[in-house]
Amino acid sequence: MTEISRRSVLAAGAGFGAMPFSQARAQAANTIKIALLCDFSGTYRDVTGPNELACVRQAAAEFANRGFNIEVVYADNQNRADVGSNVTRAWFDRDGVDVVVDGGASSVALAVNDVVRDKNKVFLNSSSATSDLTGRACSPNLVHWTYDTFMLAKSTGGATVRAGGDSWYFITADYAFGHALERDTANFVRAAGGQVLGQARTPFPGTTDFSAFLLQAQAARPKVIGLANAGSDTINCIKQASEFGLIRRGIKLASLLMFMPDVHSLGLATTQGLICTETFYWDLNDRTRAFTRRVQSELQPNVPLCMNHAGGYASVVHYLKAVADMGVARAKANGAEVVARMKAMPCDDDCFGPGRIREDGRKLHPAYLFEVKTPAESTGRYDYYKLLQTTAGDEAFRPLAEGNCPLVRG
Amino acid sequence: MLELIETITGVPAPLLFGQVLLGLINGAFYAMLSLGLAVIFGLLNIINFTHGAQFMMGAFVAWMLLAWAGLGYWWALILAPLIVGFTGVVIERLMISRLYKLDHLYGLLLTFGIGLIIEGVFRNQFGSSGLPYRIPPELSGAWDLGFMFMPVYRGWVVISSLVVCLATWLVIEKTRLGAYLRAATENAALVQAFGVNVPRMITLTYGAGVALAALGGVLAAPIYSVNPQMGTNLIIVVFAVVVIGGMGSILGSIITGFGLGIVEGLTKVYWPEASATVIFVIMAIVLLTRPAGLFGRA
Repeated sequence: MTEISRRSVLAAGAGFGAMPFSQARAQAANTIKIALLCDFSGTYRDVTGPNELACVRQAAAEFANRGFNIEVVYADNQNRADVGSNVTRAWFDRDGVDVVVDGGASSVALAVNDVVRDKNKVFLNSSSATSDLTGRACSPNLVHWTYDTFMLAKSTGGATVRAGGDSWYFITADYAFGHALERDTANFVRAAGGQVLGQARTPFPGTTDFSAFLLQAQAARPKVIGLANAGSDTINCIKQASEFGLIRRGIKLASLLMFMPDVHSLGLATTQGLICTETFYWDLNDRTRAFTRRVQSELQPNVPLCMNHAGGYASVVHYLKAVADMGVARAKANGAEVVARMKAMPCDDDCFGPGRIREDGRKLHPAYLFEVKTPAESTGRYDYYKLLQTTAGDEAFRPLAEGNCPLVRG
Repeated sequence: MLELIETITGVPAPLLFGQVLLGLINGAFYAMLSLGLAVIFGLLNIINFTHGAQFMMGAFVAWMLLAWAGLGYWWALILAPLIVGFTGVVIERLMISRLYKLDHLYGLLLTFGIGLIIEGVFRNQFGSSGLPYRIPPELSGAWDLGFMFMPVYRGWVVISSLVVCLATWLVIEKTRLGAYLRAATENAALVQAFGVNVPRMITLTYGAGVALAALGGVLAAPIYSVNPQMGTNLIIVVFAVVVIGGMGSILGSIITGFGLGIVEGLTKVYWPEASATVIFVIMAIVLLTRPAGLFGRA
């Protein structure tokens, strides 16, 4: 029997004391930390916010038994680019975050995109609209999942021009997103032989009364007023356009970006007959209905699911598949490599079905053109859309060569 | 004549008339909200930053009355200001009344905080996209004025706001109660010595100011979507209106409210991007040249 010296007891004690720390380190090394950044307090809260958090948590829960831990954190970007990039920087430098989900408003997403690229992490963008994310601002660390301004312009804008709406006036939210949506739609209108009569750029955020801009639009005598805005801006525009009799005078509204929560908020009586484009609708098929049932209990009461929420779920699922495939250690070390792996793997999830991620970071999946039902047609809770047209993923988005993404060798 | 206007302004006359009219409608809201603020500041010396939240509460209470109790717009017009005014009385008794002896800054911070809390609670409960509230059938429809389509409801807003503003002004300037109020503003201790219950008067004044905000909220509910941010967007402008009109000046806030609504409307014709800032530019100029405001006493 060996004698136990005092020194070895001390050493053992010290070792014992240090164990929790080394264990914690080992745990951190085996944990993927997902951070959701979007609007939790402003105009885009319902179309991202708590519902998207529930969807991201659902994705994490589905990967609970794959041999690594997943932690989800979140923050409010306040729709401000400086807040978004500061939070992201702190997440990477201080909190050991591996992947930022969403980003929110386009101006915020463009700022976050630069930070993620600098730090070689991963950016899974869901709700931002600007097509510049896969154009001039494209990055090897980014996947732009749900939709973009080009796709909206082509689907909603294209359908409106085909239906005879060949002269347009834009009411545009005066920041990156509004400008991109106006530009992309105007290109389609002109290419289809239509004309753009003018535009009013409305201050963002903070405009609640759009009647002055609507009146200006009316004075230009367009057939279509294109709403290059989102959230409560779109809601107020639609409400006030019908109040001021624009619809009765035969002017059509093209709500270029409208989500389910917007339709819910306005009510079918106001929105019936409007067309809009989404890439996800809860009642589209068996898989989307199954997904909706899975997350239903965690959603905000009174806020229906929309494509941004689904995009948060699906992008995280695909990311976690890539992480499981390549191992946590490698995934944590090199964000660009994870994104490369995500691009190499075919995508398939309950919300968007099969698809793939293109070289420039663009996720390709079908775009659906919906018409809002009349109150008589709607038979149940959130039964709002009827499908008019489906555009395949390869055709719905901007062709690779036209985006001027520096990653694409032409 | 129309051509002349068009040549001078460079804008089609119908468009110009339309914008002036719309400016007047927005001005009606500015006037009513800034009036409430002016009344509260005049008597309580409190800069009531909760005003935007109370405006929003007025709209929400209207919605609740309809959705939960089946009481329509006309009931809401009476009940919502009373209910929200009562919450104002509670807030004043429990919290604000403890700050009268301190610097303005404390009242400002407290009411700002209360406003944020109220908005947060509503946002959590009802989300951010807002709830629908329809224009009452009696006031739906529109008049075709030739140069624009004037919704009946907007006309109603301008008229009722003018009536409310004038009535408030009359009460304060021409009645015995108003005389007590003005006297208490000058020297509360002396008025109390004459047997007037000044603390109760202050509480009720705060309640009345809050009720005015809530009334504005009910009027706004059918125009904007009823959402938790609706007050935040408006209140910053309204504060600028109060500063330009002169803190605490009743008539000043009414005239400036309508006037700045029109200025803002015209800016939307000539330079839409600047329409959110024009009022603050005017505020800066007024502060530099007349620090007490256009109608304030230095």
